[in-house]
Amino acid sequence: MSLFSNISIDPPIEVFHLTELFNQDTDPSKVNLGVGVYQDENGKTSTLPIIRSVEQQMANDLTLTKNYLKATGLDIFCTAGLKLLLGDQSSAIEEKRACSIQSLSGTGALRIGLDFLYRNGYRIGYVSEPTWGKSNHQSILQTVGFEVRKYKYWNQEKLILDIDGLINDLESAPEKSIIILHACSHNPTGCDPTHEQWMRISDACKSRHLIPFFDIAYQGFSSGDLDMDAWSIRYFVHEAKHELFIAQSFAKNFSLYNERIGHLVGVFKSCDIVSKFRTQMTTIIRRNYSNPPVHGAYLVATILNNPILYEEWKTDVRAMYERIHSMRQLFYSKLKQLDISGTWEHIIQQTGMFAYTGLSSRQCQLLIQKHHVYIMSDGRINVCAITLNNVDELVEKFYDVITNGDNDTKL
Amino acid sequence: MSARQTLTLTSKHQLWILSQFPRLASTNSWWSNVEMGPPDAILGVTEAFKRDTNPKKINLGVGAYRTDEGKPFVLESVKKAEKLIASENLDKEYAPISGVLDFCQASAKLAFGDNSRVIKDQLYATVQGISGTGSLRIGATFLAKFFPGNKIIYLPNPSWGNHTPIMKHAGLDVKSYRYYDPKTCGFDFNGAKEDIEKIPENSIILFHACAHNPTGVDPRPEQWKELSAIVKKRKLFVFMDMAYQGFASGNIDDDAFAVRKFVEDKHNLILAQSYAKNMGLYGERVGALTAVCEDKDEVERVMSQIKILIRPMYSNPPVHGARIAAKILNQADLRSIWLTEVKHMADRIITMRQQLVDNLKNNGSKKNWQHITDQIGMFCFTGLNQQQSERLIKDFSVYLTKDGRISMAGVTSKNNAYLANAMHEVTK
Repeated sequence: MSLFSNISIDPPIEVFHLTELFNQDTDPSKVNLGVGVYQDENGKTSTLPIIRSVEQQMANDLTLTKNYLKATGLDIFCTAGLKLLLGDQSSAIEEKRACSIQSLSGTGALRIGLDFLYRNGYRIGYVSEPTWGKSNHQSILQTVGFEVRKYKYWNQEKLILDIDGLINDLESAPEKSIIILHACSHNPTGCDPTHEQWMRISDACKSRHLIPFFDIAYQGFSSGDLDMDAWSIRYFVHEAKHELFIAQSFAKNFSLYNERIGHLVGVFKSCDIVSKFRTQMTTIIRRNYSNPPVHGAYLVATILNNPILYEEWKTDVRAMYERIHSMRQLFYSKLKQLDISGTWEHIIQQTGMFAYTGLSSRQCQLLIQKHHVYIMSDGRINVCAITLNNVDELVEKFYDVITNGDNDTKL
Repeated sequence: MSARQTLTLTSKHQLWILSQFPRLASTNSWWSNVEMGPPDAILGVTEAFKRDTNPKKINLGVGAYRTDEGKPFVLESVKKAEKLIASENLDKEYAPISGVLDFCQASAKLAFGDNSRVIKDQLYATVQGISGTGSLRIGATFLAKFFPGNKIIYLPNPSWGNHTPIMKHAGLDVKSYRYYDPKTCGFDFNGAKEDIEKIPENSIILFHACAHNPTGVDPRPEQWKELSAIVKKRKLFVFMDMAYQGFASGNIDDDAFAVRKFVEDKHNLILAQSYAKNMGLYGERVGALTAVCEDKDEVERVMSQIKILIRPMYSNPPVHGARIAAKILNQADLRSIWLTEVKHMADRIITMRQQLVDNLKNNGSKKNWQHITDQIGMFCFTGLNQQQSERLIKDFSVYLTKDGRISMAGVTSKNNAYLANAMHEVTK
């Protein structure tokens, strides 16, 4: 008789389950608009050539050992990552009050950052409504022990940012609440605040003594420009001078999903706090996984620190952005050609990998069941999965579920 | 001091200097009250070693294998596997939450043996973990959430320093059972039995499968058999930590004896494996966590729950190291090279132990040093007390932890005599 006879099977995680269903589907016209990985025109998530060549070099380099990294990670990676994020001329870096801790990609950075905050007495965390994965931010916060609250973000009716609702919610947040902000390419809505709106958000955080915790997983994917995409963070750090945290993932912009490379950045008022922070992060990491994996860190560090590779990488990011951007435009123009009720402007106003279509969950269900188009139940689609080959058929299928969806008695 | 000047100061020294200038400390930062975390005891040994200018200095604090030249060792099987992998142009897409499937399956086979009922009937729920630490953490978190009995884990005394924080922060209470006998520098079998007999039913007990860290003291096979029976009688849940399979005796099957015996005796145990030492993959963070289950249905349910625990930790694991390990385990020629290499590492350590004992005798030591060769694996509990250990550091530049533990990996044929002499001097 097993001790674990009574444990239930929990429902699978939606985005991965969607991929499983997609894989099992034998219909030749199937399309997976679910999981957020970049795909090229052929639907492939190919590895960047610079990654392949650096990996070859590493495999042949007899001087490389596999020694443990220290808990806080590979220094050459952390230094380069910090510059990429905050800019070469960052005063925070110059003043040594910004600190990068290597992490297990974005998720890992959020987790250890929140662990640090929790153990230092912080208890309330705010996430946007909606946010990543419907519940990933929440689930990390809850697992760590935070009480989770939401701030308004997406206006479902007008399909725009509900900036007044957002500011209102921040202004009524208890002091010392942690506010999780998407620096750019908001997931799932693709809707980012303007510079002016960011300033308002910054002011609200300042006046209420809130702690901004940025999540940046798409630096380079929003506008194609690495510096522009970091504007919000750099404004908060250099102009508004907040003390804040940032979880950055290099999964997407290095196409390095499975090597789990990212970092947690803390920016403090003065440099003496950095060393204290590092010792605490070391303790937290030690009891979780001791020290981070070296492979992805070495790859990213090599590329960022080599001028030629760095330029090539920037070009690659730009190319990925261009493809997403052009698919977005194409999808939008094809939708407009059809006589469907409602406006589609939000599709081209949104940025990043995703589009929040505005489809209802019924319509989404119908798309999956009737048309073999795998879409998240909140209407989020991965724009990368659209190709010149499938866009026409896709648009027809969207047309079908929008015009007939609510009448379909089979559902 | 200006930002331009660079001085070689230890971080502690820098902090002391900064603390002399209160105006540099922020008064309006959120973090003014953040306490300095305590320094890590083992890292402290390495730092002190680095500062020492004595040319004869020896670092016996390091927990990573070193060659006889004192260098880190990247295994040939690993390098070969890595080259193959680089040429295969494998994808960089997200791994499943449970990790690289080939790796998980091969890892379970390595632990339990191809002919085990667990393998044949597919009764293992195995996930890839962030090396041993990460795997222990997942296992502990799973138990903290789902274990229907007492959420108390009994560790051997002493145990690896990081076990307690991992268990506590996963949500388990930590207690201990007698293990090491300082009088004999060996296994306190009677003490262990007595303590285990008293553990309340339906509690959790952890064993080091082989090469106990920090003592190097392992139960003999017939002692493992008795322990298995007692644990069964007491209805205790078993958590096995195997970080040195192959690295202890040089033989992967012998080192897995305890795990396999317990499984044979129908303990549905949880096992954490690490490939840091036996494949030299340290920084690649390769490990696995397995729950041996009653049936396939339970495997499915347990897997679904473990995946939910992993997601808010780091979503899914890094693949590079796991792919290397999988290739080595599954490709016959690489596996064969690996088995030779792991035996070589174990043999070097066994040889160093013997040489150390011989050298101590040659120095005229009258003490019984048999425990040095009785013990096994990376570490050796020399039996030196705190003062003697401190003398070793201060007078001889031999760096070890204050509990008298030395890492055999730091001993070479060149420094063996010096070490023996130093040990003799502080104990005569």
